[in-house]
Amino acid sequence: MRLLFALCIALFAPLAQATLPIQHWQTARGAQVYLLENRALPMLDVSIQFRAGHAWEDKRPAGTASLTAHLFSAGTADLSEQQISDRLADSGAQLSPTVDDDLAGFNLRTLSSADELASSATLLAALLATPQFPETILERERARTISGLKEAETKPETLAERAFSAAVFGTHPYARDADVASVTSITRDDLVAFYKDRYRADGAVVVMVGDIDRAGAEALAERLTAGLPAGRPVPWSLPAVAPLAAASEARIAHPATQAHIMVGQPGMKRGDPDYFPLFVGNYIFGGGGFVSRMTDEVRQKRGLAYSVYSYFLPRLEYGPLMIGLQTKRESTGEALAVVRQTLSKFLAEGPTAAELKAAKSNLVDGFPLRIENNRKILDYVAMVAFYQLPATYIDDFIRNIEGVTIEQIRDAFRRRVDPGRMATVVVAGDQASP
Amino acid sequence: MLTRFMLVALTLLAAVFAPSAQANPETREVTLRNGMKVIVRPDRRAPVLISQVWYRIGSVDETNGITGISHVLEHMMFKGTRKVPSGEFSRRVAAAGGKENAFTSRDHTVYHQQLAARHLPLVLELEADRMRNLVLDEAEFKKEIQVVMEERRWRVEDQPGSLVYETLVGTALQAHPYRIPVIGYMDDLRNLTIQDVRAWYQRWYAPNNATLVVVGDVEPEAVFKLAEKHFGSLKPSVLPVRKPQTEPAQNGIRRVRVKAIAEEPTLTMAWRAPTLTDPEREWVPYALDVLSGVLHGYPGARLHTRLVREQRIAVDVDAGYDGIGRGPSLFMMGGSPAPGRTVEELEAALRDQVRLIAQEGIRPEELARARTQVIASQVFARDSISHQAGMIGNLESAGLGYRSESLLLQKMREVTPEQVQQVARELLRDDTLTVAILDPQPLPAGAKPKAPPSGVRH
Repeated sequence: MRLLFALCIALFAPLAQATLPIQHWQTARGAQVYLLENRALPMLDVSIQFRAGHAWEDKRPAGTASLTAHLFSAGTADLSEQQISDRLADSGAQLSPTVDDDLAGFNLRTLSSADELASSATLLAALLATPQFPETILERERARTISGLKEAETKPETLAERAFSAAVFGTHPYARDADVASVTSITRDDLVAFYKDRYRADGAVVVMVGDIDRAGAEALAERLTAGLPAGRPVPWSLPAVAPLAAASEARIAHPATQAHIMVGQPGMKRGDPDYFPLFVGNYIFGGGGFVSRMTDEVRQKRGLAYSVYSYFLPRLEYGPLMIGLQTKRESTGEALAVVRQTLSKFLAEGPTAAELKAAKSNLVDGFPLRIENNRKILDYVAMVAFYQLPATYIDDFIRNIEGVTIEQIRDAFRRRVDPGRMATVVVAGDQASP
Repeated sequence: MLTRFMLVALTLLAAVFAPSAQANPETREVTLRNGMKVIVRPDRRAPVLISQVWYRIGSVDETNGITGISHVLEHMMFKGTRKVPSGEFSRRVAAAGGKENAFTSRDHTVYHQQLAARHLPLVLELEADRMRNLVLDEAEFKKEIQVVMEERRWRVEDQPGSLVYETLVGTALQAHPYRIPVIGYMDDLRNLTIQDVRAWYQRWYAPNNATLVVVGDVEPEAVFKLAEKHFGSLKPSVLPVRKPQTEPAQNGIRRVRVKAIAEEPTLTMAWRAPTLTDPEREWVPYALDVLSGVLHGYPGARLHTRLVREQRIAVDVDAGYDGIGRGPSLFMMGGSPAPGRTVEELEAALRDQVRLIAQEGIRPEELARARTQVIASQVFARDSISHQAGMIGNLESAGLGYRSESLLLQKMREVTPEQVQQVARELLRDDTLTVAILDPQPLPAGAKPKAPPSGVRH
């Protein structure tokens, strides 16, 4: 089957046209559904997502979103935790919760043979419709989560990430990090209420990729969403992220052999008008792996780090712009200076014509790798759908990349990236190795 | 690539739950006159491909004093040939829209690119060039060895789990070079020279020590022709004889402790176990695979159900066995005790689970579930061309041949409950066991997260 090839050829037509393989409809209760039929393999990937990530916890304890997502499989009205895992194992399906700042939901990978599909779909529908969040299992999972948090809090990367998100997001919900105290205080009522508030049918996004026809997909989508709480979650949007008022620098002591360095600020959001200039510019600056300026300056020219990168993490609201690296602690000062010089130079001069040509060439020619298999298509379509990007987003991707100019990149970086108001976090960079 | 404990189970899946040859009838191979093998599997679901060059050279071929050299050479392979300057390999592949990288394991060194199928000529030309024409400049080496030392700090020195694994394997194996960490010891890295690396390259990088694997939207005949064009003229080498270095028998339990910064201890147990050498006649490796599946291979399997859910002795448990490789295998179990419980209690509980199977065997539905995972994983694996190529390469590297894929799958499905019981009883004995404990050390005062400074935003 050359279905995906057909998709690539069809890229310049709008996503919503009937000639395209991606089909879209809405369930009776308002869930958005996307389907790509691909019969090459006897399997189906399904994702269902809700605005139920960490940023929506509101006044509930930090960690509520994660525990809720993970405890769907702790029991339904009719099935115990063990029965749920046994049924899953019997059908050979893989079910995993996904949680980030914006979203929470499930990915289901299942065989498409009738019995297996019926079994795994029935199970996921039951989890979504009647999760019980049993007290005894909550108690156990709370203890496991706390244990994991305590372990994480000994690690330099965790300390750096936390200090970074606190410095960049301040009082915004994106700064929320679960800790021992917050997780200790999570009750069953928190999970039940969070489920009822956030896992609602209207606004849920269901994506299916694989071996299923339209009728089967419609039935499946209805089934998955039929038992969910009705209506649309309130609130439906997040507060805007404020820009940083000033530069900050946090130094955290740790005996590790390597310093963990993070530099950044609020970056951009999904659907941002500057998305493409910032995306292409970042590929050149620090996103393009072995060929980025950051890798060239820090790793290739000076041997200061194994891993060095920058990224924008676009979210519903501004997610972080982050430049990160690890280097032996005595090189901290040198590495930080190189990061700052490289950024200043990029902001002052922008990319060269050759760099922009190479970047476009990579992003355009590499586009098929974004949709080469069912899992990647699932993730890509789910992203477009969850963030309510234009139906033509995937079709227009290549054209949007090709349209970016040096001047747009320079202009967008100057307006959006301010080296005078960067948050810097250094863990284990305070002195020579003990 | 460091093969750490958590990865063992995945490697196992990759090796054993393979797509059957029947499902991919078109897989084809040729051997060029210079001894280079070329294996091609068409998968036309998307207009892309993965190309991998596998050199049969890894840390298993290293000796003390030059540990980590195969991996250092992997890094140097991006540092230029007479025709293609340093960094240019990556730039050309990137400009073609490709994703590329390389990894080194105990058994092999692999260079891979994923990109639009029409760019195969580009990557084959580049790979053929660096197979024989690497410059190995000393100034580049002096910078890159720093990068590799940073990599070791990042992967091992500051990772308690990696330190434990390195010590565990170095204790379980005392003669076979599998005891050497893939990334090498820091002191060996510090003292490595460009002359060492040049000699290593001369000795091992040759067409008759390499296999090209291509999976994707390609015609096998066209790939064979391209491979002949680019690699066909390269001269083969006389490869050194590889000695078996068989690990002597272990006669008694071994215990080690590793101190590192951590909150809670961990426990890792490793039993000496056979490696698959004759896929047709042997059955023990398959039975060990199923045993690890019954213990930890699916949701609700024994270890998690009993130790985490019911007894609440552990916060996490693990089990795995990888019987595919060029050296000795280990059957591993481990976990982290729940707060208030000890590693001794966890060890006793894990041993109880083995003893239960040794004495009472397994239930039919457990075997059925383990088999179901085999079938499902076989289908799921076919969604990824890199997974398929990795499997072909792994089986070739281990000397089993890619054609054994379907046989392995069939043999896995033929394992009986009695065989699983027998390996639990006879192979997981104390005399061949090594136990490693992470002894957690507190962070020094002042290294705790602080509240963020207030008033920096508005």
